[in-house]
Amino acid sequence: MSLPSISLQGLSKSFKGVQAVDNVTLEIAKGELFGLLGPNGAGKSTIIKMLSTMIRPSRGTAQILGHDITKEKDAVRSYIGVVFQDATLDGKLSGRENLDFHAQLYGLDRYSRRKRIDEVLDLVDLSDKANIMVEKYSGGMQRRLAIARGLINHPQVLFLDEPTLGLDAQTRYHIWNYIKEMTAREEMTIVLTTHYMEEADRLSNRVAIMDKGKIVALDTPKKLRNYVNSEMIVMQVKNGGEHLQDVFGNFSWVLSSEAFDGQLLLHVDDAPLRIPQLIIEATKNNAMITSVDFEKPTLEDVFLKFTGRSMRQCEAFGDPMNKWRMQKGRS
Amino acid sequence: MKLCLFAVSSIWKRDMLRLSRQKSRILFSLFSPIFLLAFLSLGFSKVDVLYEMNIDYLSYLAPGMMGMTLLSSANTTSLFLLWDRELGFLKEIMVTPISRQSIILGRSAVGITNSLIQSMILLLAGLVMGMKISGHLELLLSLPFIILIASTSIGMGLSLASFVKDTFSFNLALSFILYPLLFFSGAFYPVDRFPVYIVPLAHLNPLTYGIDGLRYSLLGISSFHPALDLGVMVISCIAMLSLGAYLFEICEVE
Repeated sequence: MSLPSISLQGLSKSFKGVQAVDNVTLEIAKGELFGLLGPNGAGKSTIIKMLSTMIRPSRGTAQILGHDITKEKDAVRSYIGVVFQDATLDGKLSGRENLDFHAQLYGLDRYSRRKRIDEVLDLVDLSDKANIMVEKYSGGMQRRLAIARGLINHPQVLFLDEPTLGLDAQTRYHIWNYIKEMTAREEMTIVLTTHYMEEADRLSNRVAIMDKGKIVALDTPKKLRNYVNSEMIVMQVKNGGEHLQDVFGNFSWVLSSEAFDGQLLLHVDDAPLRIPQLIIEATKNNAMITSVDFEKPTLEDVFLKFTGRSMRQCEAFGDPMNKWRMQKGRS
Repeated sequence: MKLCLFAVSSIWKRDMLRLSRQKSRILFSLFSPIFLLAFLSLGFSKVDVLYEMNIDYLSYLAPGMMGMTLLSSANTTSLFLLWDRELGFLKEIMVTPISRQSIILGRSAVGITNSLIQSMILLLAGLVMGMKISGHLELLLSLPFIILIASTSIGMGLSLASFVKDTFSFNLALSFILYPLLFFSGAFYPVDRFPVYIVPLAHLNPLTYGIDGLRYSLLGISSFHPALDLGVMVISCIAMLSLGAYLFEICEVE
């Protein structure tokens, strides 16, 4: 195997005693699209900030293409592209001017700038909007331009920090296509952070699930889903699901159940295999089942399995980073 | 080093592009010095503050108002930096391989250009109102003084921007520094009219020497030797810009 593209050894960062990233060690191979998945404040963005030389690690270190992120900042900076989660464009300049400014910072000459700008504009479908002021762009267009700008220096490693945060479903879907298109056209390693399960699942070769600054699971999305050996069956029961819940509870392969509003949720080991048995049992008990559906495990279930909490709970009840930010804002 | 010059010029070009799209900003920021110049001189020309100096008040005040405008140009440069930080644009620049010094240099170049334009417009306004300038070659000396005053205030503004990070508080904090600097500088009347306990403060204030140098080059009168003015301004310019660059460097990397 060739040299890994990115390598982290015990990378840690604490903000005023709050451990944002806690002893993370991992290797990312060349050409890989690596997903960092976790709720807000899990430490994903902090890892990106350290790898992109924005902030210094408290402990541990990392290398990008063999260059140390603290000792060889300039080398690291010349290899990477970063797309931050908040659109960071100059609204008073046009799309092309934004890209041109950025390309100049990498010391590209006029001819290469023009060529590269046309290339990346084409990639994100903004060629016809290039001369409009960025403040007139929609949220999705701004994100696309930000992605184009991240690519301007032919980076070998691209960091995408929450590339679809705050975008509507349709725009998100488009951005995913651009990211796929981009990985097909340009040879590079991509590190993507997200708190959307679907995004990590669809785009990444491997996913690291993060919680409270630590990696709790790391594998391909498929294998991660296999860790959760349960599938969910959703049944609509016309005459109330409550009494069926007790009956089904006797099966050893029913791992858990929940009933409300004539709906019965069951976690079982293998849904397609168990549905016929459940229906036979229900008929015996005079229950009228009107529909049955089942869901494959998602990365959400994987997160739940490894942390004991759902991602939504984490978002609702806050996280150490948010608390830290609030304290910082107050003081 | 080639990359550095590239970076300085591209930062300069970007801000010039922005400025050229906000021409009204330059005019509006000149409103208060022109207004002050016109109305202060209308009134104070009747009062004998400049006894024994043999010069009219308008001509005396004009270099002071230029100094005031140059001080507030620090404001503009640092505000650009603060906006970039608030918008996250600064982050984008920070992850590119350009040095932090070139960011500061680029920004200062923008501030200096802006200051040159503003002080020339103000000088023109002064001439229209009847300001009398003397000398020919000395007039050229005003350019280095303009640049030195502007750079000193830019360095000061950048240093301040490293501590005060939101634009609103920055404007407040800046006025705490600008007013004492301005009033202890002899911008409105000669330093030796101050009570004795304020005079040392005026002598410690770099703006005193900057404005004095401007007066020498525009009007041919000065309280200090022009070489002293120039020397003090060069030192304070280097000191403030280095301080600004140093604070910027340590404050951006956590």
